[in-house]
Amino acid sequence: MQLLLTRRRILLAASGIGLASFVPAAGATEEAMAGAIRDLTGEAPLAPGKVKLELPSIVENGNTVPLTVSVESPMTEADHVESIHIFNQKNPQPYIAAFHLGPRAGKASVATRIRLADSQKVIAIARLADGSFWSDSADVIVTLAACTEQ
Amino acid sequence: MARVLINFPPRAKRGEIIEIKTLIQHPMETGYRLDNKGAVIPRDIISRFTCTYNGEEVFRAELFPAMSANPFIAFSTVATESGELVFSWIDDNGQIQSEIRQITVE
Repeated sequence: MQLLLTRRRILLAASGIGLASFVPAAGATEEAMAGAIRDLTGEAPLAPGKVKLELPSIVENGNTVPLTVSVESPMTEADHVESIHIFNQKNPQPYIAAFHLGPRAGKASVATRIRLADSQKVIAIARLADGSFWSDSADVIVTLAACTEQ
Repeated sequence: MARVLINFPPRAKRGEIIEIKTLIQHPMETGYRLDNKGAVIPRDIISRFTCTYNGEEVFRAELFPAMSANPFIAFSTVATESGELVFSWIDDNGQIQSEIRQITVE
Protein backbone atom coordinates (compact mmCIF):
# COMPACT_ATOMS: atom_id res chain seq x y z
CA MET A 1 0.00 0.00 0.00
CA GLN A 2 2.78 2.32 0.92
CA LEU A 3 4.52 1.53 -2.35
CA LEU A 4 1.34 1.99 -4.38
CA LEU A 5 0.64 5.33 -2.80
CA THR A 6 4.11 6.53 -3.55
CA ARG A 7 3.96 5.31 -7.11
CA ARG A 8 0.59 6.95 -7.61
CA ARG A 9 1.89 10.19 -6.28
CA ILE A 10 4.89 10.12 -8.55
CA LEU A 11 2.69 9.34 -11.56
CA LEU A 12 0.32 12.14 -10.66
CA ALA A 13 3.10 14.62 -10.28
CA ALA A 14 4.79 13.50 -13.48
CA SER A 15 1.77 13.48 -15.76
CA GLY A 16 0.10 16.69 -14.68
CA ILE A 17 -3.25 14.95 -14.23
CA GLY A 18 -3.90 17.64 -11.67
CA LEU A 19 -4.69 20.26 -14.27
CA ALA A 20 -6.34 17.88 -16.71
CA SER A 21 -9.10 17.05 -14.24
CA PHE A 22 -10.27 20.65 -14.03
CA VAL A 23 -13.23 21.87 -16.02
CA PRO A 24 -11.67 22.42 -19.47
CA ALA A 25 -12.53 26.12 -19.75
CA ALA A 26 -10.60 26.83 -16.59
CA GLY A 27 -6.91 27.42 -16.31
CA ALA A 28 -5.13 30.64 -15.50
CA THR A 29 -2.07 31.45 -17.48
CA GLU A 30 0.83 33.78 -17.08
CA GLU A 31 -1.15 36.36 -19.09
CA ALA A 32 -4.22 35.98 -16.87
CA MET A 33 -2.06 36.66 -13.83
CA ALA A 34 -0.36 39.61 -15.51
CA GLY A 35 -3.80 40.95 -16.44
CA ALA A 36 -5.12 40.62 -12.89
CA ILE A 37 -2.04 42.40 -11.55
CA ARG A 38 -2.44 45.17 -14.13
CA ASP A 39 -6.06 45.63 -13.06
CA LEU A 40 -4.76 46.25 -9.56
CA THR A 41 -1.72 48.41 -10.17
CA GLY A 42 -2.81 50.21 -13.34
CA GLU A 43 0.08 52.21 -14.74
CA ALA A 44 1.92 52.40 -11.41
CA PRO A 45 5.33 50.70 -11.34
CA LEU A 46 5.65 47.45 -9.40
CA ALA A 47 8.94 47.16 -7.54
CA PRO A 48 10.30 44.11 -5.73
CA GLY A 49 11.09 44.75 -2.06
CA LYS A 50 9.52 45.62 1.32
CA VAL A 51 7.20 42.60 1.05
CA LYS A 52 8.17 39.21 2.44
CA LEU A 53 6.17 36.22 1.20
CA GLU A 54 6.76 33.00 3.10
CA LEU A 55 5.63 29.68 1.64
CA PRO A 56 7.12 26.19 1.96
CA SER A 57 9.28 25.46 -1.11
CA ILE A 58 7.91 21.91 -1.38
CA VAL A 59 4.38 20.98 -0.31
CA GLU A 60 2.89 17.50 -0.18
CA ASN A 61 -0.73 18.56 -0.33
CA GLY A 62 -1.81 21.46 -2.52
CA ASN A 63 -5.17 21.68 -0.72
CA THR A 64 -3.74 23.52 2.29
CA VAL A 65 -0.57 25.47 1.76
CA PRO A 66 0.34 27.77 4.66
CA LEU A 67 1.25 31.28 3.58
CA THR A 68 2.49 34.34 5.47
CA VAL A 69 2.92 37.83 4.04
CA SER A 70 4.57 40.62 5.97
CA VAL A 71 5.45 44.12 4.81
CA GLU A 72 8.07 46.46 6.23
CA SER A 73 6.07 49.48 7.31
CA PRO A 74 5.78 51.73 10.38
CA MET A 75 1.95 51.45 10.02
CA THR A 76 1.33 55.09 10.95
CA GLU A 77 -1.49 57.30 9.68
CA ALA A 78 0.84 58.79 7.03
CA ASP A 79 2.77 55.66 6.06
CA HIS A 80 0.96 52.35 6.18
CA VAL A 81 0.03 49.34 4.09
CA GLU A 82 -3.48 49.71 2.65
CA SER A 83 -3.84 46.26 1.17
CA ILE A 84 -2.06 43.02 0.38
CA HIS A 85 -3.00 40.99 -2.69
CA ILE A 86 -2.01 37.39 -3.46
CA PHE A 87 -1.85 36.02 -7.02
CA ASN A 88 -0.89 32.70 -8.56
CA GLN A 89 0.26 31.53 -11.94
CA LYS A 90 -1.51 28.25 -12.71
CA ASN A 91 -4.71 27.85 -10.68
CA PRO A 92 -7.98 28.25 -12.63
CA GLN A 93 -8.17 31.87 -11.41
CA PRO A 94 -5.18 34.14 -10.86
CA TYR A 95 -6.55 35.84 -7.71
CA ILE A 96 -6.22 34.09 -4.32
CA ALA A 97 -7.13 36.78 -1.80
CA ALA A 98 -7.03 40.48 -1.01
CA PHE A 99 -6.51 41.74 2.55
CA HIS A 100 -7.34 45.33 3.50
CA LEU A 101 -5.65 46.73 6.56
CA GLY A 102 -4.70 50.13 7.86
CA PRO A 103 -2.82 51.97 10.59
CA ARG A 104 -4.93 50.20 13.24
CA ALA A 105 -3.35 46.86 12.28
CA GLY A 106 -0.16 47.82 14.13
CA LYS A 107 1.93 45.61 11.93
CA ALA A 108 1.45 44.52 8.34
CA SER A 109 1.39 40.76 8.60
CA VAL A 110 -1.25 38.28 7.45
CA ALA A 111 -1.25 34.48 7.52
CA THR A 112 -3.65 32.12 5.75
CA ARG A 113 -3.89 28.78 3.93
CA ILE A 114 -4.34 28.46 0.19
CA ARG A 115 -4.87 25.89 -2.57
CA LEU A 116 -2.37 25.30 -5.35
CA ALA A 117 -3.33 23.26 -8.41
CA ASP A 118 0.24 22.78 -9.64
CA SER A 119 3.85 23.66 -8.95
CA GLN A 120 3.99 27.36 -9.63
CA LYS A 121 4.93 30.89 -8.65
CA VAL A 122 2.92 32.82 -6.06
CA ILE A 123 3.12 36.63 -5.95
CA ALA A 124 2.22 38.98 -3.10
CA ILE A 125 1.68 42.67 -3.82
CA ALA A 126 1.33 45.38 -1.19
CA ARG A 127 -0.31 48.75 -1.84
CA LEU A 128 1.05 51.48 0.41
CA ALA A 129 -0.73 54.63 1.55
CA ASP A 130 1.32 56.73 -0.89
CA GLY A 131 -0.04 54.66 -3.79
CA SER A 132 3.16 52.73 -4.49
CA PHE A 133 3.17 48.97 -5.10
CA TRP A 134 5.75 46.49 -3.82
CA SER A 135 5.98 42.77 -4.40
CA ASP A 136 7.63 39.49 -3.55
CA SER A 137 7.27 36.07 -5.13
CA ALA A 138 7.91 32.47 -4.14
CA ASP A 139 8.19 29.28 -6.17
CA VAL A 140 6.39 26.25 -4.77
CA ILE A 141 6.69 22.63 -5.82
CA VAL A 142 3.41 20.74 -5.25
CA THR A 143 3.53 16.96 -5.21
CA LEU A 144 -0.23 16.34 -4.73
CA ALA A 145 -2.24 19.05 -6.45
CA ALA A 146 -5.48 20.53 -5.13
CA CYS A 147 -8.71 19.53 -6.93
CA THR A 148 -7.44 16.11 -8.08
CA GLU A 149 -9.81 14.09 -5.93
CA GLN A 150 -13.37 14.17 -7.23
CA MET B 1 -24.31 27.88 11.93
CA ALA B 2 -20.84 26.82 11.08
CA ARG B 3 -18.29 26.19 13.75
CA VAL B 4 -15.87 29.03 14.35
CA LEU B 5 -12.56 29.30 16.18
CA ILE B 6 -11.34 32.75 17.21
CA ASN B 7 -8.20 33.18 19.23
CA PHE B 8 -6.62 36.34 20.70
CA PRO B 9 -5.48 37.39 24.17
CA PRO B 10 -8.59 38.42 26.19
CA ARG B 11 -6.56 41.06 28.09
CA ALA B 12 -4.04 43.45 26.57
CA LYS B 13 -2.16 46.60 27.49
CA ARG B 14 -3.21 49.84 25.79
CA GLY B 15 -1.29 50.20 22.51
CA GLU B 16 -0.23 46.57 22.41
CA ILE B 17 -0.34 44.83 19.03
CA ILE B 18 -2.40 41.67 19.37
CA GLU B 19 -2.55 38.80 16.90
CA ILE B 20 -6.00 37.47 16.01
CA LYS B 21 -6.43 34.01 14.52
CA THR B 22 -9.74 33.01 12.94
CA LEU B 23 -11.02 29.81 11.39
CA ILE B 24 -14.49 28.91 10.15
CA GLN B 25 -15.82 25.53 9.07
CA HIS B 26 -16.71 25.76 5.36
CA PRO B 27 -16.12 23.52 2.31
CA MET B 28 -15.07 26.46 0.06
CA GLU B 29 -16.32 24.53 -2.98
CA THR B 30 -14.38 25.94 -5.93
CA GLY B 31 -16.90 25.36 -8.72
CA TYR B 32 -14.16 23.63 -10.72
CA ARG B 33 -14.69 20.11 -9.40
CA LEU B 34 -16.90 17.43 -10.96
CA ASP B 35 -19.10 14.98 -9.10
CA ASN B 36 -19.10 11.24 -9.86
CA LYS B 37 -21.59 11.76 -12.73
CA GLY B 38 -19.37 14.34 -14.39
CA ALA B 39 -21.52 17.34 -13.48
CA VAL B 40 -19.90 20.49 -12.10
CA ILE B 41 -20.30 20.90 -8.34
CA PRO B 42 -21.61 24.47 -7.96
CA ARG B 43 -19.34 27.07 -6.42
CA ASP B 44 -19.96 27.79 -2.74
CA ILE B 45 -17.35 29.92 -1.01
CA ILE B 46 -17.01 32.58 1.64
CA SER B 47 -16.13 35.62 -0.42
CA ARG B 48 -15.76 38.27 2.28
CA PHE B 49 -14.52 38.49 5.85
CA THR B 50 -14.53 41.57 8.05
CA CYS B 51 -13.43 42.41 11.57
CA THR B 52 -14.67 45.51 13.38
CA TYR B 53 -13.37 46.85 16.70
CA ASN B 54 -16.04 48.81 18.58
CA GLY B 55 -17.81 49.43 15.31
CA GLU B 56 -14.78 50.52 13.31
CA GLU B 57 -13.48 48.22 10.58
CA VAL B 58 -9.90 47.15 11.29
CA PHE B 59 -9.51 44.32 8.78
CA ARG B 60 -11.28 43.11 5.64
CA ALA B 61 -10.55 40.29 3.22
CA GLU B 62 -11.87 39.29 -0.20
CA LEU B 63 -11.51 35.58 -0.79
CA PHE B 64 -11.42 33.54 -4.00
CA PRO B 65 -11.77 29.77 -4.67
CA ALA B 66 -8.01 29.33 -4.18
CA MET B 67 -8.51 29.70 -0.43
CA SER B 68 -8.37 26.39 1.43
CA ALA B 69 -11.46 24.73 2.89
CA ASN B 70 -12.17 25.92 6.45
CA PRO B 71 -10.51 29.27 5.74
CA PHE B 72 -7.92 30.33 8.30
CA ILE B 73 -6.95 34.00 8.52
CA ALA B 74 -4.53 35.49 11.03
CA PHE B 75 -3.97 39.25 11.30
CA SER B 76 -3.19 41.85 13.93
CA THR B 77 -4.67 44.96 15.48
CA VAL B 78 -3.73 47.53 18.10
CA ALA B 79 -5.57 47.14 21.42
CA THR B 80 -6.96 50.67 21.79
CA GLU B 81 -9.80 50.32 24.32
CA SER B 82 -11.97 47.72 26.00
CA GLY B 83 -14.92 46.65 23.97
CA GLU B 84 -16.06 44.15 21.43
CA LEU B 85 -14.64 42.66 18.26
CA VAL B 86 -17.16 41.52 15.68
CA PHE B 87 -16.10 38.95 13.09
CA SER B 88 -18.30 38.43 10.02
CA TRP B 89 -18.05 35.90 7.22
CA ILE B 90 -20.20 36.49 4.12
CA ASP B 91 -20.75 33.75 1.54
CA ASP B 92 -21.66 33.81 -2.17
CA ASN B 93 -25.38 33.82 -1.34
CA GLY B 94 -25.07 36.85 0.92
CA GLN B 95 -25.51 34.82 4.10
CA ILE B 96 -23.67 36.33 7.03
CA GLN B 97 -22.30 34.64 10.11
CA SER B 98 -21.18 37.02 12.84
CA GLU B 99 -19.36 36.30 16.08
CA ILE B 100 -18.79 38.76 18.92
CA ARG B 101 -15.84 38.57 21.33
CA GLN B 102 -14.92 40.87 24.22
CA ILE B 103 -11.51 42.36 24.85
CA THR B 104 -10.29 44.06 28.04
CA VAL B 105 -7.65 46.76 27.66
CA GLU B 106 -5.79 47.97 30.74
